[in-house]
Amino acid sequence: MAVREKFDEELMELRGKLLELGHFAEAALSKAIDALENHDIDLALKIMDDDTEADILYEEINDFAILLIAKQQPVAIDLRRIIVAIKIATDIERIADFAVNIAKSTIRIGAQEHVKPIVHIKQMHAITLEMLNLSLEAFNEEDIMKAKKAAEMDDQVDDLYGQTILDLLQISREKPEHLSQITQLSFTCRYLERAADHVTNISEHIFYLVKGKQFDLNT
Amino acid sequence: MNTTIVKPENLAAVNGMGNQDAKGIVYRTKELNLWYGDNHALKNINLDINENEVTAIIGPSGCGKSTYIKTLNRMIELVPDVKTSGEIEYRGRNIFQKGYGVEELRTKVGMVFQKPNPFPKSIYENVAYGPKIHGIKDKKILNQIVEKSLKGAAIWDEVKDRLHENAYGLSGGQQQRLCIARCLAIEPDVILMDEPTSALDPISTLKVEELVQELKKEYSIIIVTHNMQQAARISDKTAFFLNGEVIEYTETDKIFSNPTDKRTEDYITGRFG
Repeated sequence: MAVREKFDEELMELRGKLLELGHFAEAALSKAIDALENHDIDLALKIMDDDTEADILYEEINDFAILLIAKQQPVAIDLRRIIVAIKIATDIERIADFAVNIAKSTIRIGAQEHVKPIVHIKQMHAITLEMLNLSLEAFNEEDIMKAKKAAEMDDQVDDLYGQTILDLLQISREKPEHLSQITQLSFTCRYLERAADHVTNISEHIFYLVKGKQFDLNT
Repeated sequence: MNTTIVKPENLAAVNGMGNQDAKGIVYRTKELNLWYGDNHALKNINLDINENEVTAIIGPSGCGKSTYIKTLNRMIELVPDVKTSGEIEYRGRNIFQKGYGVEELRTKVGMVFQKPNPFPKSIYENVAYGPKIHGIKDKKILNQIVEKSLKGAAIWDEVKDRLHENAYGLSGGQQQRLCIARCLAIEPDVILMDEPTSALDPISTLKVEELVQELKKEYSIIIVTHNMQQAARISDKTAFFLNGEVIEYTETDKIFSNPTDKRTEDYITGRFG
């Protein structure tokens, strides 16, 4: 048996759990946008219910990480792998929460027809999802180039956010009777924009993991 | 009102910390090579050791770390068939220089070994032994030295009521602190420690570690340890030795968080060694 083989296996297990949480958040976000587009209240309720799974997985990751620190007394890259897993888990868990928030907005909008097609929201979602997916790959492969690429895409989401909010403001002036729905759609945009920010955080954590130094990718 | 504005660069001086960064160098090793017969045990070692710091030396068995530390007080010369080249300057003087008194060196450089090795004498006599052979006869002065040294080694409270009992009656951890007290009694400048806690239980180990932290205020300490967490906890700088070479020598925080050399990282993360 190679030295530290058991520990290496445990680090892989930790990574596996984190990727599982990441894929859960991806799926939740996609379902949330589907539910919004199709006014699917049942799906929205299911997203809210299923979020418990993310919470459990998040707790498991934290407990496992703390146990590894206590048992293995890791240093250098090993320690960073564990600390970064805890930090990334927090970011992903927040992204999963945004899916729940979007589901709640969907329920509030109900069967009411959208004041405008949600094209920009879907675009924001597609980019955020691609960013998240890329950052998970970057984490799995400890690849800072992929992490950088994921973070750079945040500007596209920010631009779309600004533009969509302006559109919604315009519509609110034209159709003040739909203010409630417009507010929920604005919230949804904000949730997606925040989710993309959390992906940028994940990218920064990956830089720290690989380089051992803090980098600000938010510029 | 007259207010003197202190410029930031002068703050340290105002706070009495002006010289804190300007640490002196106690040992300067230059191009040191050492052979046991044909075995080239130390290769081109260049190391500067700061005063009032704890310098840890880590590395796998046979890497040369104990050899190096034993060279610093020339104890290595007790091993037959040893050859050296290069220089070790202690306080600016090459210790290999002809005419350099080894006794003088060892008065300034104390050593604590892996296994506690008290003399088969009383606790008091163990500590008073060094000062006595240096000619101190006055009982009152000896009493003061014994108390100060035992206090310095954080063992006074445990032994003050049984100073004249045999040192062998102490626990392993207490014996090791007694050996440190014995070392302090001759008021050295440097303390070399060769795996000083490897034979001790965890609590005794932590006591010695805390002691080392205290002692560095007055002494310069060089410690060889197999316990990497210990090096991380107590040292200011760490040197990683491998196959007789210094692979990396830098601040301990850097070595244990983000080492530069892959071999250092592999060693401290337990991937080999």
